Amino acid sequence: MHEMSLAEGVLQIIEDSAQTQNFSRVKTVWLEIGQLAGVEAEAMRFCFEAVVRDSIAQDAKLEIIETPGQAWCMQCSDTVQVQALYDLCPRCGSHQLQVTGGNEMRVKELEVE
Amino acid sequence: MCTTCGCGSGQTRIGGRAIKPSRKSGEQMQYRVHENNSAHTHEHEHAHSHDSIDFGTDPAGSHAPGMSQARMVKIERDILSKNDSYANDNRGYLAAHGIFALNLVSSPGSGKTTLLVKTIEALDNELKLAVIEGDQQTDNDAARIRATGAPALQINTGKGCHLDAFMVGKAMQQLGLQDDSLLLIENVGNLVCPASFDLGEAHKVAILSVTEGEDKPLKYPDMFRASDLMLLNKCDLLPYLTFDADLAVANARRVNPNIQVIRTSATSGEGMDEWLAWIKAGCQKAVAGRNSL
Repeated sequence: MHEMSLAEGVLQIIEDSAQTQNFSRVKTVWLEIGQLAGVEAEAMRFCFEAVVRDSIAQDAKLEIIETPGQAWCMQCSDTVQVQALYDLCPRCGSHQLQVTGGNEMRVKELEVE
Repeated sequence: MCTTCGCGSGQTRIGGRAIKPSRKSGEQMQYRVHENNSAHTHEHEHAHSHDSIDFGTDPAGSHAPGMSQARMVKIERDILSKNDSYANDNRGYLAAHGIFALNLVSSPGSGKTTLLVKTIEALDNELKLAVIEGDQQTDNDAARIRATGAPALQINTGKGCHLDAFMVGKAMQQLGLQDDSLLLIENVGNLVCPASFDLGEAHKVAILSVTEGEDKPLKYPDMFRASDLMLLNKCDLLPYLTFDADLAVANARRVNPNIQVIRTSATSGEGMDEWLAWIKAGCQKAVAGRNSL
C-alpha cells in the first residue's frame, strides 16, 4: 500500500507548484510510471482519488503514462525490452541485465486553471 | 493586461461603464453597440454565438473568445523527490560523521531482530553502534536491542508499511549518533514497500530465511534489486527442510546480478564472521570518507 504515500507525494508536488505557478484548480494530472517501478496503476488511481479529496486537485483526472521496461544486456551489449525485473534477455537468455529505463515514477505535467 | 492582444482589463467598457473582467457562468450579458466616444475601439472577429462572452478568470485576464482558461504546467518531478531530499540530508549527515548505516529489509519473521541481537553481542563493543527499529506497533524490538546495552529507538509507523527518510532523520537526531559509528535500521517487515524509500543508508541488506520459499526474490524482485547484500538466514535449519539454497541465490542473482550473498545462522553462528567482516569493512570506509572530507 505504499501507493498511498506516493499519492500523497503527488499531491504535495501539485500543491507546491500551485504556489509557484499560481493556479487554484487542477483539471488533469499526468503521471509517468515505468513498468518496472513497482507501482500498480489501479492502486495509484484508488489512492489518488482518496488523497485529493478537498484539495485543489479534487475531481482532477488522472492520466497514467506507462513507460516500457528497458535493460542493458551485458552479453548482447545492447538495450533490450523487459517486462519484469526478473526477466531474462529476450535475445540470449542471460540474466546479466542492468535496468536502464522503465523504473521512473514522476509527475510529468498538469492541466490547471 | 490581456496576453492575447495586449489590452488592459480595466479598459473594457460597455456603454461607458467599466465591466468586471470576469462573469459568472450562465449570466447573460446585455449587449449594446459601441458608441463613437467609446474608450475601447478594439474589435474581434466573433465566430462564437453572442449568448455569452467569456472574459476569463486567470491572472493574465486573457479574453480570447472560446479559449479555455486551462493551461499546462510542466512539472517533471519524481514522486519520491520529497523523500529523496530528506534521504540526501540524512546521507550528508552520516557521511560528515563517518557513520556507516544499513537498512535491513525482509518479510516479517525472517529473524532480523535475533540476527541484530547476535550481531551486537558478537561485535562486543568493538564498534560504537545504535539501532533504529521500525514496526507498525509495539516497542518490543527496541526493548530486545536495549537489553544488549546498545541504544535503540523504536519508530511505530502506525498505519504505515515502511520507514521513510523523514522518520529516520528525526530518529537520528533523537538518538544522538556518535561519530565513526554503525547505524542499523531495521525496517518494517515487508518485502514490497520499503524497496522504494531511500533512507540515506549506505546499503540495503535483504534477509531471506530458509523457511521461506526459494522463489521469494522472483516474487518480490524490487526488494532484492534494491539490496546490495542478501543474508540467507536460519541456515542451521537446512538439513530439516527441502529448501534449495543454491536456487534461492540463483534467483536473487537473476533479479540483481551484483547482489552479494552471505549464508548466516544466528543460532549456530554460521556466516557471522563473514557478516561482521563485511560490516567492519563498511565502517572503515565510512571513517576514511569522513577524514577525506
